[in-house]
Order: sequence, then structure tokens, then C-alpha cells
Amino acid sequence: MQAEVDGKIIELSEAGWLNNLDEWSEALAVEIAKNEKIPEMTDEHWAIVNEAREYFEENGTVAEPRVFSKIMKQKYGKDRSSQKYIYSLFPTGLIKCANKVAGLPRPKGCS
Amino acid sequence: MADFDTPELKDYVEVPLPKAGVMEGSGPFIAKPQHQEALGFPGELVENWQEAAISKLADLTKKSRALQVFMDSCVKCGACTDKCHYYLGTTDPKNMPVARQDLLRSVYRYYLTPAGKVLSKFGMEKLIGARELTRDVLDEWHNYYHQCSECRRCSVFCPYGIDTAEVTMAGRDILDNIGMGQKYDNEIIGKVFTVGNNLGLPKPALADTLEGLEEEIEEDIEVPVKLPLDKKGADILLVTPSADFFAEPHVDGLIGYAKVFHQAGLNWTLSSHASEAANFGMFIGSYENMRRISLRIREAALELGVKRIVFGECGHAWRVAYSFLNTLAGPFDFLDPNYPVPQHILEVTHGLIKDGKLKLDPTENDHMTLTFHDSCNVARATRMGPKPGGQFTIPRDVIKSVCNNYYDMPADTIGEATYCCGGGGGLLTDDLMEVRVKGAMPRMQALKTVVEDNGVTHMAAICAICKTQFAKTLPYYGFTMDQIISVHQLVGDALVWDDYITEDAGDGDDASSGEQE
Repeated sequence: MQAEVDGKIIELSEAGWLNNLDEWSEALAVEIAKNEKIPEMTDEHWAIVNEAREYFEENGTVAEPRVFSKIMKQKYGKDRSSQKYIYSLFPTGLIKCANKVAGLPRPKGCS
Repeated sequence: MADFDTPELKDYVEVPLPKAGVMEGSGPFIAKPQHQEALGFPGELVENWQEAAISKLADLTKKSRALQVFMDSCVKCGACTDKCHYYLGTTDPKNMPVARQDLLRSVYRYYLTPAGKVLSKFGMEKLIGARELTRDVLDEWHNYYHQCSECRRCSVFCPYGIDTAEVTMAGRDILDNIGMGQKYDNEIIGKVFTVGNNLGLPKPALADTLEGLEEEIEEDIEVPVKLPLDKKGADILLVTPSADFFAEPHVDGLIGYAKVFHQAGLNWTLSSHASEAANFGMFIGSYENMRRISLRIREAALELGVKRIVFGECGHAWRVAYSFLNTLAGPFDFLDPNYPVPQHILEVTHGLIKDGKLKLDPTENDHMTLTFHDSCNVARATRMGPKPGGQFTIPRDVIKSVCNNYYDMPADTIGEATYCCGGGGGLLTDDLMEVRVKGAMPRMQALKTVVEDNGVTHMAAICAICKTQFAKTLPYYGFTMDQIISVHQLVGDALVWDDYITEDAGDGDDASSGEQE
């Protein structure tokens, strides 16, 4: 797959994941979100995307969903931290959807 | 990803009329050269692929008498046709096990039987159902050998005992060896070799995750349950699928194992070197890769000096462990002979419950009514405990010890005749979502029956693939993703800690004897 941002073609994997993580931009995130059937990126979407990216930068690996929920709880409170809440914004959850929009890699396997 | 219709659930599974070609297609993503080469396969389709494929098939039938018998002995009786969840869910006749096998069998007949060799000279190969290996046939292999989860339900009903899984494995092995592997499986096997597990979780990330879980458990029950990593001198090495560290509802199962070990006072550890029970080498029919993955467990056991190896909740891992581990990575003469090598976590928990070593309150699970999904590899390729059928009774005994409300799904959908979850055998990837959702239909049908008749609210499973597959496919059928849970979550939640005196987990293991070498 490919995405076009400001006239520039960016390579995505067959399933729509960003190949070169350095090419991520907010404009690209909006494009990937469209592929994931998220018509509009709201502030609540961005909060999750930014937290996911921050965790990845610090730890070199994507956050385990429970760890991520804890981080969200500390920063945004109980209402904005549950798995259910994350799924309500990103239809296939943190690992498969929010991280994809955030331009992060996917840990494959039985998950 | 193409859109598709989810099959409708009726009162029972109807055998559908075949609709030719509905699941035709290009199959799952093809492995990239780097994924292929890491496993010792050619990077891309080799130039002389036809010759190479036939020579590999000849080699496989020569090495495996079983495979040759499976190629020769089918009489097309049709007993298998309506036994496959992928046929029932997709209605594509090439998903009838006999027809799927015939994709390979027809080529075998053409090139490797005397009749085929003679008749093909006169263009009369059709008389014996033989076909030339063309590019179309090759694509068909790639497509339909990834619409089989190697679950072996059809084999139970085959009067000749033809093992479809072996045929599928042979098909995939040939594809790998001519440079046309499946991306998901091969990329994952490569991860095990480079990082230690399917998910590619490096040691620091794993340690961090385990520490987080310890905090979570202590907050919850106020007992300092530990999840040790690479602890030298531990008695038990727990090898569990890496999904247990990362995915829902798997993590709750891992927490359950830890609580059981803690309350029983067993001295255990996980290993960062063998942080994966799953062995996708089996799915692709590659003995060499299966062995390479298994050897990591031996290396970890020796390095840590453990006395026992216990496997967590993972279906095909238990098949590899129970049936093949000793020949792949044995001998295990350095382990304590008083315990089975290897042992299933349910055998451990079952034994502890029977011996009264766990304090349980099943009312803790009264908010749920349970049923149990027998995982295909556990059901049809392994056993638990000393008695035949233990793989069916032990999980149910454990669930009933920790839950008051339990009902089985209809008898022709469980036990030996269990339906696959639809995502087994290396198909648990998004590019096969249509196959997965449609293949889940018979299990969903059976679940619907007990939900409606008995008020079942949750289905428990003992396989990482089943759990992930159901978490993703339940919503397609009007259920919710959290209706699938780990058996050891039920155990963990039922454990009572009221008068539990915290002491260092250690020497409570009264049956262990002798120092390891």
C-alpha cells in the first residue's frame, strides 16, 4: 500500500503499516486513520497516538495494553484509560490500530 | 482488505451446497526474501520451481511412508467432506478435505506413479485424476493450503485415517522450499531465532512487563506474587506462548499461573531465551525449523539448572511438547524423573487441587456461566495425565473446581470432534481474516446453542491462538470480545488468600528429589 502526503508518496506494508518509521507525520497519521475507518482524528485520538509514540521512543518497543492503560489513567483519568475506551476510538484497539496510526511497528504472533 | 459476509448462525450447522470458486484468490501475503532466507529457504520463487517442487514432493513421500500412504490410499468415500469448519463456513468445495488433499495428490499421481507417467504421455492423465504442475496449480496450493488449520477433525472421521494436516504441511514445505513461503509464519519464526519469541519482545521489555504485572497483582490481592525471569536454580521452567505477556485475555492466564505457583510454594521461572512456547515450525511442516525452536527450550533448561519443564496454555505447543519434544531436543535425563517431561500447566494445577494444596472459592466466578473450547491440537494430538481422555477431563475438572456454573457445548462439537477456532495452523493473520471469520462459524454456532439453552456467558480456552482468534471473531457473530477467557484466569480469580502467610516461595515442593546434574 501507499499513502500520499503533500504530493509525496510514502510506502506502507501490504496491511497498511508504515515501513520507514522516520517518515511519520501528523498528516500521514490522518491518511492511515482513513484506511482504518476513522473519519476524523479528534483530540482524544491524538492524545492516544502521542502517548503511544512517547512510550515507543523511551522504551524502543510498543506498550503492552495494560501498561498503556495505566499511563492513560495517570494522565487523563479513569474515563479515558480503559481498553473499551481505546477500542471506541480505534476500532481494532491499541496494538493493531492506534499504533498503526502512530506509525509504530506491530509485534506479530498470537496477539 | 476485501469485505465479505459473515455466515449467518442458524439453529444448527447445516451442510451447505458447494459453491465452486468462492474462496479462489491469491492466498496470504508471500514471505519477503529476508524472512525466507533466515529459515534456510530460497528468497524468492526459484527459476526451476516446477522441477524443484516435484523433486521435493518425491523426497517427502520417500522420507515419510505416512505421506505416501495418504497420497495413495484415499478412495473418495466422502466421509470428510462435511467435517471441515472451512468448508462449512466458506462453502468452497476445494475446502472439502478430500479436495484440498487432491490439489497435491493430483500432481503426485502425474509425476510419481507408474500409471500417471504412462497415461500423461498420451494426454490421458485425467482418467486417474492426475494433473500437470502449472503456475495455476501452484497458486492454488498457496491459496488453499492456507485455508486449512491442520486441526485434523476430518482425520477423525476418515476410515483410512488420512491425516490432512500432514498433507497441508507437505504442501507448505514444498512452497517454502521453492521460495514461496507465507509471510506471517516465516517472519514469526525468524523473530524467535533473533529475539527469542514470536512477538519479538526483547528481554528488557519482557522484564518490564512482568514487573508491571507483579504490581498489578499486589494491588489486587495484597500478596507479593512474583513472575521471575531467568532465575537460576529455580525448580520449574515455565515455557508459555509470548502472547501471554502481551495479549488479552492471555495475560490473565499468566497471572493465574503465577498465583497458582505462588500459593503452592513452587519455585519457578520464565526464561528470556525460551520466551516462546509456540512452534510455528510445525505449521510449515519444517522439521529443521521446529527443531531449532525446540532446542532453545533445552538450552534454557540447562542454563537455568531447572528440574522440571512446564508448558503454559498453548495448543500446538503442547502437541510439539507432548509428542515430539524428546526426539527434537532430548534426552531430558537432566530433569527430575518423578515428573512428566514435559508437563502441562493444567496437569500441575489439577494435581495441586486434588492434593488440597490450593485454597479455592468457586463463588468468586459466580458472575459467569462457563463452557470450554477444546483446542484441536490438545484434543487430537496429545494427552494430559495418566489416563486416556485426560486432555478432555482435566481441563473440565479444573474449571468445575473453580466455577459453579458450567455447561458443555453439543457433543459433536467438543472432545475428539472439537471444531477448530478457525485461526489455528499459522492462519492467525489479518490477511486471512475472511477465512478466519468464516471458519469460526461452526464453533460460534455451538456457542450460540449453550448461550441460548443454558445461559452461558463465557467460553474458556487453553490456547493462545484460540483466545486471540475468538477475541477478534466473536464480535462478527454478535458476541463480545471479552467473552473468551483463559482457564487459568478462572483459577487465579478463585484462589483465596485470606489467611495466607507470605513466605519466600521456595522449598514447598515435597515431591522433588535429587540434585540435578
